[in-house]
Amino acid sequence: MDVIVQLQAQFVEYTTSLYREGFLDDQFTQLQKLQDESNPDFVVEVVRLFFEDSEKLLNNLATALQQQCVDYKQVDAHVHQFKGSSSSIGAQRVKNVCVAFRNYCEEKNLEGCLRCLQQAKHEYYLMKSKLETLFRLEQEILAAGGSVPMMT
Amino acid sequence: MGMAAESQFHVLAVDDNIIERKLIERLLKTSSYQVTTVDSGSKALEFLGLDEHGQSNPNQPSVSPNNHQEVEVNLIITDYCMPGMTGYDLLKKIKESTSLRNIPVVIMSSENVPSRITRCLEEGAEEFFLKPVRLSDMNKLRPHMMKTKVKDQKPEIQEEEEEEEEETPEVFQSPQHHHHHQQQQLSNNNNKRKATEEGLSPDRTRPRYSGLTVVSN
Repeated sequence: MDVIVQLQAQFVEYTTSLYREGFLDDQFTQLQKLQDESNPDFVVEVVRLFFEDSEKLLNNLATALQQQCVDYKQVDAHVHQFKGSSSSIGAQRVKNVCVAFRNYCEEKNLEGCLRCLQQAKHEYYLMKSKLETLFRLEQEILAAGGSVPMMT
Repeated sequence: MGMAAESQFHVLAVDDNIIERKLIERLLKTSSYQVTTVDSGSKALEFLGLDEHGQSNPNQPSVSPNNHQEVEVNLIITDYCMPGMTGYDLLKKIKESTSLRNIPVVIMSSENVPSRITRCLEEGAEEFFLKPVRLSDMNKLRPHMMKTKVKDQKPEIQEEEEEEEEETPEVFQSPQHHHHHQQQQLSNNNNKRKATEEGLSPDRTRPRYSGLTVVSN
């Protein structure tokens, strides 16, 4: 029983820190509300979709910004998608970079765009590793026979 | 036909972003709606039985060869910003279609642009949701779908739901219409006033099904 309590406390502390540090916002909580016995893997499924989609978008962005003649409309379209998906799962820091990124697109500022791409990559991979840690903690709790605390 | 009251409402969700599609699907299913998702406006029209030019096509999933409704769509919820056909373009096409215009349409957008919101409501959208959409937003859909269902089942008291809201002001504005005109025209007079609140169009009060039978007049 001790192990479960310990793991649960770890989970709560970790989740709280993610919110506090701005990695996650309330939308992530909303996602968890949509998970239940009939859809026990909803959050993981959406997040995995997000990972797949984001990595494609980041590649597309890199390619688009490498062109001789950059099509800023196209770049903006990709960033818009990225902003939408990150916002939908509560990936706040990624979303915020996308907001800045769109401004540089509007200004057709190549340097600004390239910087934002780097930042977006950085924030995305950071977010990815943190979410994977979170999911691992959940699995450990479940494996030990405990239940995952609901964060409100 | 008597089963209609028990069956779930069916919502068609349109969004080009895969994550947002998954989210809206889950939100709708959690709220006990049946859901079909498509990734573009043109696919939505295809599903609804129209081609891109707004022409009816009976050989589509939602309309059987006999032109009887197989899959009824009670509400369409669509993203605004989509490549090709935007949510606004889709809304227009639906409202221009004799067979589909009674289906309530809701627009979603990540951008809070007042002129955009007004434009959509004026074109006939029932609601405009800011993304990310939440579970509480799903409750706002039911009243719009209920209105259409009531019309389907009880055409002779079609006006009842809307009369309650419109009648009182109507008495102050033009009491003569109340006595001299048909009930349909009474609602016609109100459509402009209600435009920004509810997006009612003149045809909404006629006894039509929620969308898929091809009506030949």
